[in-house]
Amino acid sequence: MNLLVCINKTPDTTAKIAFTDGNTKFDTNGVQFIMNPYDEWYALVRALELKEQHGGSVTVINVGPAINDVVIRKALAIGADKAVRINAEASNSMMVAKNIADYTQANDFGIVFTGKESIDFNGSELGGFIAAYLGVPFLSYASSMEHDGTTARVTRDIEGGVEVADVQGKFVISAAKGLAEQRIPNMRGIMMAKKKPLEVVEPTSTDAHVTIAEYALPQEKSGVKMIDPENMDELVRLLQEEAKVIA
Amino acid sequence: MSVLVIAENPKGNFKKSAFELTHFGHLTAQVLGTECTALVIGEVADAGQLGKYGASKVVKVAYDGGFDTTVYNRLITQVAEKVGADVVIVNHSANGKALIGGLGVALDAGVVSQINGVPTVDGANLVVTKPVFSGKAFAKYNISSSNKVLSLMGNAIPPREVGSDCAVEDLTIDVPNAAVTIKEVKTVDGTVPLPEAELVVSAGRGMKGPENWGIIEELAETLGATTACSRPVSDTGWRPHHEHVGQTGVAIRPNLYIAAGISGAIQHLAGVNSSKCIVVINKDPEAPFFKAANYGVCADLFEVVPKLNEAFKKALAQ
Ligand SMILES: Cc1cc2nc3c(=O)[nH]c(=O)nc-3n(C[C@H](O)[C@H](O)[C@H](O)COP(=O)(O)OP(=O)(O)OC[C@H]3O[C@@H](n4cnc5c(N)ncnc54)[C@H](O)[C@@H]3O)c2cc1C
Repeated sequence: MNLLVCINKTPDTTAKIAFTDGNTKFDTNGVQFIMNPYDEWYALVRALELKEQHGGSVTVINVGPAINDVVIRKALAIGADKAVRINAEASNSMMVAKNIADYTQANDFGIVFTGKESIDFNGSELGGFIAAYLGVPFLSYASSMEHDGTTARVTRDIEGGVEVADVQGKFVISAAKGLAEQRIPNMRGIMMAKKKPLEVVEPTSTDAHVTIAEYALPQEKSGVKMIDPENMDELVRLLQEEAKVIA
Repeated sequence: MSVLVIAENPKGNFKKSAFELTHFGHLTAQVLGTECTALVIGEVADAGQLGKYGASKVVKVAYDGGFDTTVYNRLITQVAEKVGADVVIVNHSANGKALIGGLGVALDAGVVSQINGVPTVDGANLVVTKPVFSGKAFAKYNISSSNKVLSLMGNAIPPREVGSDCAVEDLTIDVPNAAVTIKEVKTVDGTVPLPEAELVVSAGRGMKGPENWGIIEELAETLGATTACSRPVSDTGWRPHHEHVGQTGVAIRPNLYIAAGISGAIQHLAGVNSSKCIVVINKDPEAPFFKAANYGVCADLFEVVPKLNEAFKKALAQ
């Protein structure tokens, strides 16, 4: 089975978030970029494991400009066979999904993987979009997936527990913690990644229904009130009377 | 033109999130000068009660299969067309997140997930805000399409009662065949799931080991709070994965977040700093978490947490 893994480039988790141009643009100055953790740690690794088990190939796909190639090469170093970059600014998740769905349709993939969300815009939208464009089921927030070659058994994280579902045929899955264990690329992987194909294709759609008008940073906390450790009654009183968060 | 909200009813009952969503739909409808219809899929004890939170009508569609994006998206899309809805809103819940993309495609709608406040109108655009960069910032989005699909962040607005029970209309919809087969649903009863919890007691590596969690569980029980933890704690298996909060875990917005023995790393803060009130218990006065806290206690958690529990018990007994 041929597997497609969508990978996004996001700011590092320690990145300081700031904006420019009157708070309309994310300030990339000094920001380190990484592969979105859910895509790298869980989606990509589970796809590689499935290939090791059943054969086939793993392709990674990213919508973005040429500077994203660094992150794409890392996915190849971890073990993907081939990469595709759709050469367009990823302006919104629906447009990203449309382009990925069009590529998926033109090529033959059994399962499309995404992360459960990306840590920049926290949309959780991409997988659902792609599944709908392809007309296949979407299994979201998967913390486990076993595939016997015909049927996949997927465990989805839901509020306060899990739901286990069986699905046959093509589907889209979004990866949550638990789906796989992170793999660190080794020297051989990094060397081989340089020789693996990275195909650049032009976008099929750049439409947008939504645009970001403005960003804002959270309000600074007004300062912590330190409480005497010997006086927890006082803390409880403040929570009741000042913060009014308990009855 | 109207607003349609999808009121979730797991196990045949509404949860607080359904009331939040209905009330949010009502407020959004007011902004747009229209009405809010609530859709209930499957059986629920008392569907008309959504009227109290501002639904002008409830439509009910019979369906007794499990959750399936193909079925739900077709069903919701047909209801939206029948009632003439141009704004469809779901909870930013496990199922809500699974649906927004498909609804967006089916309705050719602009989609914004996890919005945290009532939309406004700016010319032809609907304007909504949501947290981005895992809670480190907020973004204001313009939606220019005529149809819109939104998901509402948990605990973003309190559900207020504004009216009385409303009429419930049964709709007959062609339900397509399910594409997936649900084998099992396993949920724990009795505790409020983290994303919906108003009170959360959380602990980190300062606990030294899983055997010490009794004091955290006791405090949570006194308060009726849900327990959470930092990432290394769940990575090492001291606590289950679903308790992991932060940038790569669950993002939460409770009224009260009590953190004991957690340093307050940037990735942890990202998932919790929208909490209305944060209490930090840490023995290190330099712990970064104090900067993000409303109240701080600088002391040994093994002494403070039991004392705090006693103080809560005393106060809540009154
Ligand atoms: C890509 C990436 C993603 C990440 N995502 C997350 C995430 O989603 N969530 C998350 O939580 N972390 C995340 N992390 C990890 C994060 O960087 C921190 O390492 C982690 O949050 C630290 O956990 P902690 O506060 O429990 O432990 P520590 O940093 O070890 O802090 C323990 C604290 O307990 C205090 N303490 C010790 N003993 C006592 C005592 N007896 N009484 C009182 N206080 C005591 C100490 O003073 C210290 O402040 C991520 C890291 C990376 C690289």
